[in-house]
Formats: sequence, structure tokens, C-alpha cells
Amino acid sequence: MDIKDIIKEENLVYSKTKVLTDNVMHYCPGCTHGVVHKILAEVIDELNIQEKTIGVTPVGCAVLAYNYLHIDWQEAAHGRAPAVATAINRLYPEKYVFTYQGDGDLASIGAAEIIHACNRGEKMLVIFINNGIYGMTGGQMAPTTLEGMPTSTSPYGRDVKMTGQPLKITELIAQLPGTCYVTRQAAHTPAAVRKLKKAITKAFDNTGKKKGTSFIEVVSTCNSGWKLSPVKSNEWMVEHMFPYYPLGDMKDE
Amino acid sequence: MAKVRGAIVVDIEKCKGCGLCVVACPSKVIDLAKEVNGKGYNYAYMSNPEACIGCANCAIVCPDTVISVYKVKTEANA
Amino acid sequence: MAELKLMKGNEAIAEAAIRCGCDGYFGYPITPQSEVMETLMARKPWEETGMVVLQAESEVAAINMVYGGAGCGKKVMTSSSSPGVSLKQEGITYIAGAELPCLVVNVVRGGPGLGTIQPAQSDYFQATKGGGHGDYRLIVLAPASVQEMYDFVDLGFELAFKYRNPVQIQSDGVIGQMMEKVTVGEFKPRLTDEEVVKRYGSWATTGKTANRDRNIITSLDLDAYRQEQFNLKLQRKYKEIEEKEVRFEKIACEDADYLLVAYGSSSRICQKAIEIAREKGIKVGLLRPITLFPYPTKAIQAMLGQVKGILAVEMSAGQMVEDVRLAVEGKVKVQHYGRMGGVIPTPNEIVKALEEQIING
Repeated sequence: MDIKDIIKEENLVYSKTKVLTDNVMHYCPGCTHGVVHKILAEVIDELNIQEKTIGVTPVGCAVLAYNYLHIDWQEAAHGRAPAVATAINRLYPEKYVFTYQGDGDLASIGAAEIIHACNRGEKMLVIFINNGIYGMTGGQMAPTTLEGMPTSTSPYGRDVKMTGQPLKITELIAQLPGTCYVTRQAAHTPAAVRKLKKAITKAFDNTGKKKGTSFIEVVSTCNSGWKLSPVKSNEWMVEHMFPYYPLGDMKDE
Repeated sequence: MAKVRGAIVVDIEKCKGCGLCVVACPSKVIDLAKEVNGKGYNYAYMSNPEACIGCANCAIVCPDTVISVYKVKTEANA
Repeated sequence: MAELKLMKGNEAIAEAAIRCGCDGYFGYPITPQSEVMETLMARKPWEETGMVVLQAESEVAAINMVYGGAGCGKKVMTSSSSPGVSLKQEGITYIAGAELPCLVVNVVRGGPGLGTIQPAQSDYFQATKGGGHGDYRLIVLAPASVQEMYDFVDLGFELAFKYRNPVQIQSDGVIGQMMEKVTVGEFKPRLTDEEVVKRYGSWATTGKTANRDRNIITSLDLDAYRQEQFNLKLQRKYKEIEEKEVRFEKIACEDADYLLVAYGSSSRICQKAIEIAREKGIKVGLLRPITLFPYPTKAIQAMLGQVKGILAVEMSAGQMVEDVRLAVEGKVKVQHYGRMGGVIPTPNEIVKALEEQIING
């Protein structure tokens, strides 16, 4: 059978969802953000909630996420996305509100906002990208940077005596009664991406049912910041990040 | 016996040549081209198209969503 | 129906918010303005009008909730006092940069730092010159009575939406805490979600429908040329505000040889000082800026052929006096008199300062 007999409209099994824009993403080659954006867009499309979804972008690499999904967006100040999303949720209780935040944004400068929004049980979804580094500003140490991991502000490796242990904020969040679903996922293999998609679908479903805050950590790579190739970054993540940040559900009520 | 045949189409100009699709493919269909696209990336292409089963694993892990996947079931003939 | 009520300045803010159809209030307790949220929580407007009232975890969170609500095209506000308003500056500059309408109330207390809980007017620079980063302006309204506290909530929202710009009510501990009779207006219903879409759907995040492109609320543009063009657009807006929205009051100015310039509670004390001065034969008038930005520069300039000297009276080390001097351009003598740290000047002190610093100075 010839290739051109296969490549026909009726045989199409996978293509870009219409919720994704045609803009070329500014992310580095192999960046996890792109995969998570795509999954978010696919879930929004499949649940048919495009007109009801409002996203809140962080400060960090994902600040420009609003260029990539055909939904309404607000861009928040560094760490403040949960506060911004709180107001949207309260004023438009029928909408599907989500924040999309990195580890510096969520676990460092915005630690207060995320804890209190989750504690209030805001009816929203939080996507937390944890790659253990500040990507946008050039690879500085994050609260989630692993012990001994070199970054531009910990060039000899993170010294936990100076800066404390890497913060497992998702474990903290899972303690809060306002959260209904807390899980840690990844997006490095087809199987992981399929599981992540199920998690995001469940989280939006929770939002629709007004169950409380759903919180999804995605253990991610930053190959530019880690100074590894995309493929090597995934291997490094599996070897070093997963033991400290084990995947799986922490709470599902 | 039914046989599954697949094929992918890569949006070459949008591909950043990260290579994640290459390792995600269970049938070793994809490689990065020696040639580069307009941005200087060695883009992904089917180096072994006969082996493609249309599983879409490559497309699923592609951060830039540049891969479309096609699949047909055919009767094996020889 | 309009009715007459006795209330505190802070309570008037809350009452006005409910009656003018405000959609959301987000605040954090701080003296001397806590009665704003206390009144709202006691009134439970969510049962009456559907208005959302939420005590945030910090002033920082509160102003960012205002950002989120304003980005939805909703009528939202916050209130605080000086140290809290300092914390809100990040959010305020983002709101100005994203061109969102909102109302911020500052019931000013003495600083710097934790300072005091007593009244002051030492946040004039912060309110009018941009307390946060970047070239932006707030529209700043300075009430001098509890009635104006009430009236400026509705006026503030009107201006905020007209220009898509944050408006700040710059009050102080005197006006916030004192009780006066207030004529309260009739209830204005909140806009329905459909009305919000109709009025503000071109920019607000009301949900992307098939008939329009996605709306994005942001202050970010990494392209330097476009960012400059955006800044020029903001400057044109501020220019238009300066041309159209100046508000001030003149008292006893017709025959005045000397002029006091004062806003808010200082302007009330100045009225008594004018009485005392006139009994002594000193013809002095008062110009009270009601908008601190835009400043009544031209109104002061119009007095220059008539008055021999100007005394700016403020509860600060001398902040607004700089705008008086900019208006006067050295043509007559301008002096400042003020008390700080929560001390309120007396009318006699003001007359003495006028005599010593202007008439005989």
C-alpha cells in the first residue's frame, strides 16, 4: 500500500485540536510546556467547554500561554494567579477557571496565594509545572530544585544547609480540606501523557461539579536550564526527579 | 489477516527537531533529517515508513503538535 | 428611594458600593478602614444584590482578586490604609498596565513604615505620581465629607469604566472615622452577565464565543516598539483625563488677597481658618482640589493675577505643595504648612502660618 493511499482525510486519527492556535510556541525544543498545553486544549475541546473556560497565566516561561489556546485568558502578576482566578471563579461560578503556574511562581513567590486559594476550595483547576528551575529568567534555583542540582544561582549544586530542602508543595496542598483532587503526573512518555490527560479531564469534571480545588503537578523538564538534550532530560527526570517527587494520586475525593 | 498500516505527516517548518518522537515510536519509524528546516532544525521524518502502525505515540509526546497521524486497516496481501 | 442616614465615612463606602451595583469587594483588615469590610459582611449584600464580598489572605491577594474581577468586566473594588496600599502597588500598576477599571479606597494613616493609625495625607505622592513602577496614572478623588465618601464610589466606578483605568479614593482617618448625615441614593441594579458581555465583551474575559477572537488581559508586550506605542496611548488617555475630569471647589475666593490650597480633611480645617483670618481683616480664600489627579492646575493659575501668596495646607511634610508650585511657576510666593505623624493642624495654627510665612514672610 502506498503512503499516499494512507494519508487521506478519512484515515486521519490524530491531529492538532482546533482549541490550539496556529502560533509557533516560543518554548525551547522538547519543552514539557508544549505537551501540557496540547493536552489542556484537547480536554477543553473534548469536554466542549471552550466558551466557558478562562485560563490564568503565570510569570515565567508560560507567561505567553495565552498565545496558544483559543480561550479567554488573564495574565497574572508573579505568583498571584490563584488570587486572580479566585475572583473569576466567584464572579463567574459557571465558568471553568484554571491557573497554569511554574514552580517559582507557585511554590516560591506565590506560596501564600496558592495555599489560601486551595484552602478556600476555589472551584478551579491548578496546573503546576515542576521542573526544579526558573526557566524564563535563565536557569536559577527554584524552591523545588533538587539537593546538589546545579543552577545559575547554585552553581556548585543546591546547598540544603543554606537554602533548605526542595519543597514538596503538592504534599502540603493535599493536606488542605479545600482540595478534592491532588495528583502528581508527568508527560515524558505516551503512557504518561495519556494518564495526564485523564487527570486533567477529571479535574475539569470536578470543576464543573463544583467539588473544590483540583491540583495537578506535572513533573517536567527544562532541557535548556538543565543543559541536557530533550531526550536526556527525560532520562534525568526519571532517574532524579521521580524518586523525590513520586508520581501518583495523593487525594481523590 | 488484517494488517494495520500508518503514516505520519510532519509540519516540517514548525518542527524543532527535539527528537522526543523518535524515542516514543515503538516501531523505529522516525529519524531526524540530515537537512534542516527554515529555522535550522533537523526536522523529524519517516525514515522507515513501512513500519508505521499509526499508534500516534509520536504525535502525543510532540510538544509542538506538528505531527498528524493516519491509519488504515488492510488485508495482508503477500 | 433616596434617604438620609447617619454614618461613618467607612460605612458610607460600603453602603455606596452595595447601592451602586458593585459586583465584588476584596479586602484585608487594617486600621482605620476596617469598617468598610465589617459593614459589608454584616450587611450580607450577596443575599441582597448578589455582590461578592471576600476577605483575602493579604492586601496583595486582594488587589489581584480585583485584577481578576475587573478583567471579567465586573465592577470590583478594594479598600485599605497606607501600609496596605503600599502592598497593593504591584497589583495597581498591573491593573493600570492592563487598562482595567476598578476602585481602590485609601483611608490614609501616618507613615512611613507602620507609622501610626492616626490620620495623615502623606500618601499624596504615592497616589498621584505612581506608587508602582512604570508610566501610569490613577484618577484620584479626594472626599472632604462622609457624603463625598458615599458619592465618589459611584463616580469612581463611572470614571473607571469610562477610561478603563483604576480610580483611587484618597481619604484619610478623619473622613473615614467621622460620622455625618448622608443622603444615600437609590439602588442601582448590578449588570447581568449578559449586559456585561454586551458592554465589555470586546475586551473582558467573559468566555470566548464563536463570534469573537479570544480576549487576553495582560500588561505584557515584549516588542519594544509596540510597548512604546501602548505607552503613548496611555499618555493620550491621561491627557484626555486632564482636559475633561478636573474637579475642584472654591470657597471665599471672590475678594481673596491670599489663597489656601487644601484637600480632604485639611480643607475643612482651612474653612474655619478662613473665618478666623477674615475676622482679623485678612481676605483669604480656599481652593479645594477634588481630583488630585488630574490636578486643578489651571484653576490655581487663574487666581494668580488676584492673590499675593498661596499657602498649601496638608497633613504631610509637603507633597501636594509641589503641584501648586508647578502651577504657579514662581509667579507668587508659595509656602507649605503641615503637621505629620497623625497630628491634625488647628485653624489658628493655619492662620498663624499664613501671617508668618506668606503675609509677613
